Amino acid sequence: MLTLEKRPQPSKAWVYAAPILAVVITMIVGGAVFALLGKPPLEAIRTIFYDPIFGEFASYSRPQLLIKAGPLILIAIGLSFGFRAGIWNIGAEGQYIIGALAAAGTGLAFYPMEARWLIFPLMIIAGLAGGMLWAAIPAFLRIRFKTNEILVSLMLVYVAEAIQASMALNLLRNPDGHGFPGSRNLSQYSSSANLELISNSGIHWGVLAAVTAVVFAYFILARHRFGFDVRLAGQSPRAAGFAGVDAGRLIFICMLISGGLAGAAGMFEIAGPAGRVSIDFNVGYGFTAIIVAFLGRLHPVGILIAGLLMALTYIGGELAQLSLGLPGAAIQLFQGMLLFFLLAVDVMTSYRIRFGKTE
Amino acid sequence: MDFSSINPILLLASLMVAATPIILAAAGELIVERAGVLNLGVEGMMITGAITGFIATVTTGSPWIGFAAAAVGGAGLSLLFGFLTQFLLSNQVATGLALTLFGLGLSALLGQGYNGIKAPEFPKIDIPVISDIPVLGPILCSHDPMVYVGLGLIAGIWYFLKYSRAGLVLRAVGENHEAAHALGYHVIRIRILAIMFGGACAGLGGAYISLVRVPQWTDGMTAGAGWIALAIVVFASWRPWRLLIGAYLFGGVTVLQLNLQAAGIAIPVEYLAMSPYIATILVLVLMSAGRAPGSLGKIFHASR
Repeated sequence: MLTLEKRPQPSKAWVYAAPILAVVITMIVGGAVFALLGKPPLEAIRTIFYDPIFGEFASYSRPQLLIKAGPLILIAIGLSFGFRAGIWNIGAEGQYIIGALAAAGTGLAFYPMEARWLIFPLMIIAGLAGGMLWAAIPAFLRIRFKTNEILVSLMLVYVAEAIQASMALNLLRNPDGHGFPGSRNLSQYSSSANLELISNSGIHWGVLAAVTAVVFAYFILARHRFGFDVRLAGQSPRAAGFAGVDAGRLIFICMLISGGLAGAAGMFEIAGPAGRVSIDFNVGYGFTAIIVAFLGRLHPVGILIAGLLMALTYIGGELAQLSLGLPGAAIQLFQGMLLFFLLAVDVMTSYRIRFGKTE
Repeated sequence: MDFSSINPILLLASLMVAATPIILAAAGELIVERAGVLNLGVEGMMITGAITGFIATVTTGSPWIGFAAAAVGGAGLSLLFGFLTQFLLSNQVATGLALTLFGLGLSALLGQGYNGIKAPEFPKIDIPVISDIPVLGPILCSHDPMVYVGLGLIAGIWYFLKYSRAGLVLRAVGENHEAAHALGYHVIRIRILAIMFGGACAGLGGAYISLVRVPQWTDGMTAGAGWIALAIVVFASWRPWRLLIGAYLFGGVTVLQLNLQAAGIAIPVEYLAMSPYIATILVLVLMSAGRAPGSLGKIFHASR
């Protein structure tokens, strides 16, 4: 008989071991799923995790890795503040869309003016503001009416998707596009393009922003009073109240951070890799970032590593789709599985398993 | 714009159909939450039920077997959630989210090759005399059986919670799991059963979308219905009959916007399409005064 016994202190070793173990278990179980689908499991795992970095076409896929990891890390860093404080913003996808639309609208308003020094920074501000605005709605409703922020932020994803479709079909539609839906290509407009900073590296402004966010988040959480308040509120809301932490203010700031970063991620994406507003330019980064945040233990450095790993499964998944005919949905399943196993293995952090009866 | 094309009787009749998946899923979640467990994976269980039900129906030709398969599929997926949250004591919010992401991936994988196929028709019940009554007949008495299953489920849950001993125990577990444990009730066993019931109901709700409402399979076709069901449970303050009101309100908005689209109203389609979600947010804001079960979302670990 197995029983769980609560540890007096969470185990430091398991905090680090759990994500690694989760990845290993996911590889094993994922391999079994691939085998069930009639694909060679070892080859599939190698294609997903090894080939994008060291394989034959790595010079093409390595830059892609950073392009995918950038938005994931940026969004996940924002989410980690709220998640630590027990504030569940799961509508980052909506904030990402609105940020992208605000930025695209700003950029297109100036088209075809040539003033990169003005337009590009304005677009970043618009992206931040758009995301913040979208996140402020659930924050405000939570503080003022005690409305559940999980449900409201999620409902707003569907609202944002509808606005996105409307923008692509009406307001932001390319007037020279022969009536096809979708906006002008922002990555081909020299004032708005989010270009690669070093050629063929995949590093664009969004990747720089993501790295900056990691560094800032690290210092805020480890050294700043606000980071302390966030951690305190998450571990013991009552103690936080006694320590003078204003719960409403904390909710608002955490939501704005996550919304703003998600919106910024949307801006960098729409001005670069995505290029134009279409009815479905969003690819679910806002949801995958939730997995990234947890896999990275809500710690900035962890999120950096987890974001790269998750980007690897995207790129490797595409590669496996091409070379092995592995269905795209299998990768989605794979990512979901990763979060599952992490949560399962996590029990070891605060409990230890005892064999035999405790009495 | 031509409002005369909107037939109020047909509107009310289709409202009942539009509300049914939400009723089914929300009824299950109501029991889960009354047992003190917050399962945010309703969307994932619904979509899994939608595809398992669809596959079973297409292969066997019988919608009844399809619905049974959907219930099994939903309950099976919910067991994952139950195992993680009840035995491995994982965070319920995170695990529920994981269940949704996993369910969406799983259903897309299972559904390959089923895109675009039409499901065999689910015959409606036409009670001879009653369904010929003007107005009330078409609204109440000319639906497929699952509409009545949904209504029966609500009545059953109401009776179960209010009058049965098992319902009392379930509520006790949800209000205060430490006390229920001290009285000798098996908190974890009861919760696992509640979670499975919730999964089965969500599966039925999902299958209703893929087999009756649409009736076809497309990836991600539940389109947030699971989240709306969660919102309706909060709206209903965890009481079965109010759940019905919430679901009809939502069904009403959905059907009305579809009808307005068809009538060619001057509001763009995209803005009409977002109205059910906005209505859900408004309803949540207006009705967030209800009291949640005392132990909702808390981890139970019998340490003594």
